[in-house]
Amino acid sequence: MEVAEIIETEAGAEAGDTQRMNMIQAINSALDIMMARDDAIVVMGEDVGYFGGVFRATAGLQKKFGKTRVFDTPITECGIIGVAVGMGAYGLRPVPEIQFADYIYPALDQLVSEAARLRYRSDGEFIAPLTVRSPFGGGIFGGQTHSQSPEGIFTHVSGLKTVIPSTPYDAKGLLIAAIEDNDPVIFFEPKRIYNGPFNGHWDRPAENWSKHPAGEVPSGYYRIPLGKANVVREGEAVTILAYGTMVHVCLNVVAEAGVDAEVIDLRTLVPLDIETIEQSVRKTGRCMIVHEATRTSGYGAELAALVQERCFYHLEAPIERVTGFDTPYPHSLEWAYFPGPVRIGMALKKILKD
Amino acid sequence: MVGDRSNLKPLALHVPEPRFRPGDEVDFSAVDIPAAGAAPRPDTHAAPADFTDLSYSMVRVLDDAGQAVGPWNPRLSPDRLRRMLRHMALVRAFDERMFRAQRQGKTSFYMKSLGEEAVAVAAAYALQYDDMCFPSYRQQGLLIARDWSLVDMMNQIYSNRADRLQGKQLPIMYSVREAGFFSISGNLTTQYPQAVGWAMASASKGDTRIAATWCGEGSTAEGDFHSALTFATVYRAPVIFNVVNNQWAISSFSGFAGAEATTFAARAIGYGIAGLRVDGNDALAVYAATAWAAERARTNAGPTLIEHFTYRAEGHSTSDDPSAYRSAGEPNAWPLGDPIRRLKDHLIAIGEWDEERQAAMDREVAEEVKAAQKEAEKNGILGHGLHQPLDSLFDGVFEEMPWHLAEQRQMMIDEEQASGRPWARKG
Ligand SMILES: Cc1ncc(C[n+]2csc(CCOP(=O)(O)OP(=O)(O)O)c2C)c(N)n1
Repeated sequence: MEVAEIIETEAGAEAGDTQRMNMIQAINSALDIMMARDDAIVVMGEDVGYFGGVFRATAGLQKKFGKTRVFDTPITECGIIGVAVGMGAYGLRPVPEIQFADYIYPALDQLVSEAARLRYRSDGEFIAPLTVRSPFGGGIFGGQTHSQSPEGIFTHVSGLKTVIPSTPYDAKGLLIAAIEDNDPVIFFEPKRIYNGPFNGHWDRPAENWSKHPAGEVPSGYYRIPLGKANVVREGEAVTILAYGTMVHVCLNVVAEAGVDAEVIDLRTLVPLDIETIEQSVRKTGRCMIVHEATRTSGYGAELAALVQERCFYHLEAPIERVTGFDTPYPHSLEWAYFPGPVRIGMALKKILKD
Repeated sequence: MVGDRSNLKPLALHVPEPRFRPGDEVDFSAVDIPAAGAAPRPDTHAAPADFTDLSYSMVRVLDDAGQAVGPWNPRLSPDRLRRMLRHMALVRAFDERMFRAQRQGKTSFYMKSLGEEAVAVAAAYALQYDDMCFPSYRQQGLLIARDWSLVDMMNQIYSNRADRLQGKQLPIMYSVREAGFFSISGNLTTQYPQAVGWAMASASKGDTRIAATWCGEGSTAEGDFHSALTFATVYRAPVIFNVVNNQWAISSFSGFAGAEATTFAARAIGYGIAGLRVDGNDALAVYAATAWAAERARTNAGPTLIEHFTYRAEGHSTSDDPSAYRSAGEPNAWPLGDPIRRLKDHLIAIGEWDEERQAAMDREVAEEVKAAQKEAEKNGILGHGLHQPLDSLFDGVFEEMPWHLAEQRQMMIDEEQASGRPWARKG
């Protein structure tokens, strides 16, 4: 996998100046750089201040930027987002952290009814330039309350953008773009791949980012625009649409099966890079969608509808969806639930045969 | 526009800061600890407005000499005290062993209640067995004090084949309806309004059972806490709210839940609810306050909020390292001491116990836990194969399985076959 070209490097930044980072360090670096550039940016959330976050994504920031810009909050997600909306109304650019995506639900009203609609209902008098960071996804034996993938809830809301990185390189560039965006962005971080890519084989040794090309991250400022997908593997046989952890699982399945698939990492779910998807499906004639989230009304349903609407006459086989099951995330049967290599491999076989 | 503000000092944002951080010398002398026996005990039908001072002082029974003093002394028999002591020791031994099991890779997660044993155990003694508990994740003491099977609890912790929850829930998130113990949620404070609902239902049906619920001081910030108190006061629900103020919410000290400005018991005052602040490391005070609140609830006098002032002597969970955010000296310097030690000293002071019997009891509970662990591990430990039938994954989403789940279940079985390596199951 090749590192995508650096898009929109700031004038003067040295392109060659890179560092090895895991995804947490890349996120930390994005926050650090942005806080230094813009003193309107504040970081807030449960345990993000002195301690630096339960995953340490905000480590060192309070020491560097002070307690009024990086602070712990009371444990009330509704309060965290509501306060962030108010700070945004004043002119700040809050980057709240929700400790786990599974705990974002108390904040739904503030996100759905308020942040998402503020621009519209005030005709632009007020905006909500928030970037809500939150670790999501399973594969860490976290049980039902540390494993969910609720992105489909947010992509369904008009006025919210949803971004999901799959590498340290992308995480930093996308987070910077999200923070600079004047609309509310839900930034879900796939915690399973914080420390290294995951090939889907849970029973094999864990990898880290030190050997992965996208673990090499520019030290300075760069942004990856929202709404731009990344073709991580070019191919002719089938288009695979994925994001987050599943990008790596898919790449591995494709490699193991020796299939010439085109794998597209969506990076941003809303707004979606439909052009890249259309071009690819027109070329391959087949489309498979992979996500870890539950199936019914998942984001895959939207993707399938879009591809069907736009590429119907190019399709040579029904669109395949590979997803988590429509059950809560189990604890002990985690790997039976997870859409791993076998499930993806079966769907791949099926779509190529049809 | 009124006034010229040009010579005002600029506004400043206050962000709370705990007194001690790693490396700091700990001195808790500024923590106000009222004398044991000093707090008055109002009639259980007194109006909340008549004893608001009890939200700021502290109900304490055991004094420094190990004597039980004052109007809150519940005068329990030595037998009862010894049983309570044993249950608290059993909780500690259980925690110790299960914490170690997680470290040995036998399960994914564990949470201790070290230093907080009295809060759960003494409350269980003051409630009726069929009163309904809506706990947070740190009240394993309720189950243990209700003599629930340790093996059963361990099976859940190991997600093994005897796990009553079929491996579906994170370790320690027990559910034991039979023992009046509501299914624990990982989402903070959701149990608070649920307890009120249960209590309202009990009242509306003319029952005699009451509900009790627990959350940490950090969790009082959640909206659910405030919704619960509003409903409880409006309908005068027979419910006891327990706030376990163990000073820390993961890395956030109680100031981030509002403790710099007032007490957690005082949250009751604005709602017109009875509020008590209690020495949470004093089993007799916890017992007395709970019994008082239970009588109040059971006689239609309404809800009570009890703040248990205590200290989380261990990390938040097996995923936490407290040395990164608080001084290592805090647990030992905690001015209210160790709840087990304090009850033991009391029993010795009244001539009903001695060091030899304590040592024998400690050995006994350690053996009991060890034997339970051995028994539970016969049913498997997490990660060593799949202990539940694969298709049980789909059980319990709904009462009856709709077509789409049946289809997905079939997909999973096909997947297992296609793998050429049927999911390893514990042989
Ligand atoms: C809704 C929700 N938000 C955040 C969390 C993550 N979390 C788990 S425990 C915890 C701290 C709770 O502290 P406290 O209420 O004081 O209870 P304690 O752990 O000290 O017993 C946090 C923030 C969660 N489980 N649920």
